[in-house]
Amino acid sequence: MATTVFLALLCVSILGYSLNRQAAARMRANGTKLHSVPGYHGLYSLLSTIVPVVVLIVLWLALQGPTIDRFTMSGLPAGSLDELETGGRQLILAEIKSISRGRVFGNPEAWKVDAADRYVWMHAVAGWMLFGVVIVASLGIVGFARSRVAADFRARHGVERITSGLMLFCSTIAIFTTLGIIAALLFESIRFFERVPITEFFLGLNWEPQIPLREDQVAAEGAFGWIPVFLGTLVITVVALFLAVPVGLLSAIYLNEFATPRLRAVAKPVLEILAGVPTVVYGFFAILVVAPAIRSFGATLGIPVSPNAALAAGSVMGIMLIPFISSFTDDALSAVPKSLRDGALALGATRAETVLNVLFPAAIPGIVGGILLAISRAIGETMIVVMAAGLIASLTINPLDSVTTVTVQIVTLLVGDTSFDNPKTLAAFALGMMLFIVTLVINVFALRIVRKYREAYE
Amino acid sequence: MMNDMGNVGRDSAASEIKIQARGVQVFYGETQAIKDVSVDILDKSVTAFIGPSGCGKSTFLRCLNRMNDTIDIARVEGDIHIDGDDIHAPGIDPVQLRAKVGMVFQKPNPFPKSIYDNIAYGPRIHGLARNKAELDEIVERSLRRGAIWDEVKHRLHEPGTGLSGGQQQRLCIARAVATEPEVLLMDEPCSALDPIATAQVEDLIDELRQSYSVVIVTHSMQQAARVSQRTAFFHLGSLVEYRETGQIFTNPEDPRTESYITGRIG
Repeated sequence: MATTVFLALLCVSILGYSLNRQAAARMRANGTKLHSVPGYHGLYSLLSTIVPVVVLIVLWLALQGPTIDRFTMSGLPAGSLDELETGGRQLILAEIKSISRGRVFGNPEAWKVDAADRYVWMHAVAGWMLFGVVIVASLGIVGFARSRVAADFRARHGVERITSGLMLFCSTIAIFTTLGIIAALLFESIRFFERVPITEFFLGLNWEPQIPLREDQVAAEGAFGWIPVFLGTLVITVVALFLAVPVGLLSAIYLNEFATPRLRAVAKPVLEILAGVPTVVYGFFAILVVAPAIRSFGATLGIPVSPNAALAAGSVMGIMLIPFISSFTDDALSAVPKSLRDGALALGATRAETVLNVLFPAAIPGIVGGILLAISRAIGETMIVVMAAGLIASLTINPLDSVTTVTVQIVTLLVGDTSFDNPKTLAAFALGMMLFIVTLVINVFALRIVRKYREAYE
Repeated sequence: MMNDMGNVGRDSAASEIKIQARGVQVFYGETQAIKDVSVDILDKSVTAFIGPSGCGKSTFLRCLNRMNDTIDIARVEGDIHIDGDDIHAPGIDPVQLRAKVGMVFQKPNPFPKSIYDNIAYGPRIHGLARNKAELDEIVERSLRRGAIWDEVKHRLHEPGTGLSGGQQQRLCIARAVATEPEVLLMDEPCSALDPIATAQVEDLIDELRQSYSVVIVTHSMQQAARVSQRTAFFHLGSLVEYRETGQIFTNPEDPRTESYITGRIG
């Protein structure tokens, strides 16, 4: 039904387009000087039909289901819903719906079959009503738009307003989605903080969220201090950056300034392949190659290394970030005007001096932005640490110990036996909220740095 | 063409030859940009290169400090001697050469550093100053020679990119002067400037002539006439005519030169 309705709307609006266009063209042929060319008169009709009617259809379809459900339930024979709570009523409704789709299990009562028939009938009626409403509304708008075709009617400005309104709508979608995510996180976090004191979460040094979910389970009391978890994230992030920043920067500088075009043509795509490796594959690499290597290297030095040491997960994450940082650096260096490079070389600077003293400072905003975005990614990265980092939150900054991260904890809290009314699962949302806030702060900070340097260097 | 070298130039302190180029050819890939150019550039005087766009005058200028080396596809043939030394000889380090042959570009290109650091950059990398006081002195002297000291002396530590276009160009000239070069190459140094800034830069060029051999590429024939002692006219990659400036503008030998300066080609 929805398809038919949309097709009908499309036909009517195209009709409106050609009506307006022809009317305007006729006026122009008669020697009237129009404000807008005929095409804009057509477009005006088309857009002012489609946009409001599509909104109408979407609203109608959104309200149609719940309304029909309500009618169905209120039309049931008296007494059939007595002594039922919400859950029971919904079960009956679901049963009626599945009967209406022809999926009948066993022998349903006659009143349920009747209700299902009525349900089908109401849907059909609603569909035809929608069809009628759409035809009437769109024809009405087409007629109205046709009546406005006149020499001094500013169709071009009207089209401009409608299209800029559409663009405004599209650009707010992302904003509203973000607000929705924040709201979801916030509400669940508030529920968490109703059960666990906020001071315990922020100041607590213990993280043992495995509390009993059912009466018969044996588990600890539970402790929800986020400091050790976040510390683990920090340790792994720092390890990752220690690897990724120098390697990424130097490789970008080499490829941009020193490498021959042939080497560059080969090396750049290869580096970019790294960016395309799925993080789960990096996880394998961490478990199978890096962690055992670090462990056996530690053993030869006589240093005890935990099997899932932060160093392993962090360095593999660093490898993941190399292409990220090097491509940002590469872009930033390439964006430095050639005139600066020539200026330094003409003063008798060597290539290295040119890069270090002139190109690098000019490219700093882009590079810093890239590094901060890399930090955001490292903090939010999940798969590598789920596979390669530990589960126990320990208060340590030793990269050879096993640490856990915020993302790992969120995953483990929400996997398996969950229900959303106890601190264990709600803690995941509080952690997610903190993760969101930290990355948000870093990103805002990154943008500010980039802007500040750009002001100084442009 | 070379036979009027001995002519009495207008206030030309005609002296010994600083740069001697013989049979210079430049190729960009397969395209030949410069065809067999031979020229002698005098010390302590201003030499102007004029000619229509794309005639190779900037390319030739960039040969003189081997800036064409930085372009992968460029190939330079022929001999260029500065003070009798072949600049393409194996022992010559282009980095050293460029310290001796300074260059100012068409578009002002101050580094993203403070005014002070812009000037101090060359002296620092070449170790011209032993201490901070000496460096300060070099910076002040260079800025004075660049005729910009009075405008910037109170804000030496503000970014050089914050200056106006004309100030930026004089800053770049001061920066080039700071490394104590012997030759100063200027590639259309006034094309991005307004008439007032142009006049300031032209005055500056006239002063720089006291100490350097200045080679300037320009699109403005009036500018060539105002600032230079000798003028070379390039056309389609060849050197058409090279003479004392007054003569080339009043009495050109080659019909192509005459067409260009009277505005029929170019």
